[in-house]
Amino acid sequence: MDFLTPYLPPQEWLEPLLKIAVVVGVLQGAVAYLVLAERRVAAFIQDRLGPNRVGPFGLLQPLADGLKFILKEEIIPAGADKLVFLIAPISIMATALVTFATVPFGYYMPFPGVKQPIELTISPGLDIGLLFVFAVSSLGVYGVILGGWASNNKYSFLGGLRSSAQLVSYEIPLGLSVVGVVLLTGSLKMETVMTAQANSGWWFFLLQPMGFIVFLISGFAESARLPFDLPEAEQELVGGYHTEYTGMKFGMFALSEYIHMITVAFLAVILFFGGWHLWFIAPAAKPETVTMFGGVIYVLVLSFKVLLMVFFFMWTRWSWPRFRYDQLMSIGWKVMIPFGLVNLVVSAACQEFLGPQQFFLKALIAWGTLAATVFAVTVLKPLEAPKVQLPART
Amino acid sequence: MKTDDKSIKWVEEPQLGFAGRMYLTPFVDGLTTTIKHLFKVVQGDDFTTQFPEQRPTFGNALIYRGVHRLNKDEHNRVKCVACFLCATACPAHCIDIVGTEAPWEDREKYPQSFVIDELRCIFCGMCEEACPVDAIELTSLFDLTGASREEMIFDKEKLLSVYDMTKDQEPMKSAGHPAPARPVKGH
Repeated sequence: MDFLTPYLPPQEWLEPLLKIAVVVGVLQGAVAYLVLAERRVAAFIQDRLGPNRVGPFGLLQPLADGLKFILKEEIIPAGADKLVFLIAPISIMATALVTFATVPFGYYMPFPGVKQPIELTISPGLDIGLLFVFAVSSLGVYGVILGGWASNNKYSFLGGLRSSAQLVSYEIPLGLSVVGVVLLTGSLKMETVMTAQANSGWWFFLLQPMGFIVFLISGFAESARLPFDLPEAEQELVGGYHTEYTGMKFGMFALSEYIHMITVAFLAVILFFGGWHLWFIAPAAKPETVTMFGGVIYVLVLSFKVLLMVFFFMWTRWSWPRFRYDQLMSIGWKVMIPFGLVNLVVSAACQEFLGPQQFFLKALIAWGTLAATVFAVTVLKPLEAPKVQLPART
Repeated sequence: MKTDDKSIKWVEEPQLGFAGRMYLTPFVDGLTTTIKHLFKVVQGDDFTTQFPEQRPTFGNALIYRGVHRLNKDEHNRVKCVACFLCATACPAHCIDIVGTEAPWEDREKYPQSFVIDELRCIFCGMCEEACPVDAIELTSLFDLTGASREEMIFDKEKLLSVYDMTKDQEPMKSAGHPAPARPVKGH
């Protein structure tokens, strides 16, 4: 690396490399333990105990699972398109991990021997952070489609087909839901969004309830979690697009599914729940004034909120049944997109006529709009197709 | 089946209230149901039996169909009279009896060897039904394991030792003991 030194001072490449190592390492570890957490939560909800044999409280279970994934035989079906079959898990995993390049995992952290406090994002100062996240995470659908296609299996193919339609449909409301937040802060940078919430103390789910609901539902659909897990729907499609995958290749699909879930949880917390901000912990006035202790506290607050969000994902999974495919599509196109558009118009009008302050009035208007729109869509039903007349029964 | 069939019971969907139609109550209902179960298990009220440490209990161990045993009479002799009814009734042909003249006064024959292949057995209980002297019975031992096929072929000595093992917990049905009712876990 010495030959690079004149062009790139060590601090400039060492810092991001270290951050990447930390983020990727922590993510993979977190995913391993989230699988365990999900299994335990699922078991508890079903009145069972779940895996509790490997190590105390089953805490070594991820290790056993990982070992199993690595040691299992890797089978490539005879009829499969070998190259595409191999590329699919790699691409889905890569896009899932790259998404984290612009997602901040804390505020600032002073470091002994470094002049500037370190910003806790892999690529700090990227002005199109949100856009980047959505752009890259939507690439993940390629892995699913390629995997489904290359397996040369009807179930896999159906899974891939479903997932492509679902993910493309829900990209639109997902993007729309975030625009309200972007309008409030005037920035696509997630650090700015968090700082804005910390400075005013108004978390954006208070000002953007509709945006939050649309984001949450589309986020569930984007990460293909129940009740939107039609691409995998194990009861009807065996395993969907990853039916034919074994060993670590299957592990990569599972891993990226969880990373998607974590990404959505991160985004929800950052955009709507104040990121590292808590009301009784005073935010640091300037990045330079953050102490090491404070920096750690901010990271912990953010991670705690993300974990709560992930728990909500797991909890939801066992609370509602899966949608039918036409229901999924009609919710996406007939409910979520109109909701997103109404939210966009109302927040744009509020921002224009009320100025950047007046949070209370804005919140009032937003919640009023939400109630009115939900009432309009669910009770008045302007979008519902006319009911098919069933033959009269005597 | 026609829609005007008298035996069809038509059930109307219950009408949702105002909040229900706005998806508020169904949304909250789903979440509260699941979280209640979660906290129930956290407080230690679950249905799991931690198997090797904790043995499952049966509603009535006497009617469970587990490993066989050969009962003994009050003189500590095998009760079997080698009549071959069990071997005849067995649909899996897993019972092999070699009968010979009994050394005792009260019966003509007794089994010189009595072998059950536990791997072939389907635990249907027909042998127990067929036995005229209540010599063969099925116990509530369900966790039968072995390292080889030979180990799973139970001869007379082994079947008698199963009796010695289980006679206190599970008295012979012919002895006229009422079946002890044990509570099933979780209810």
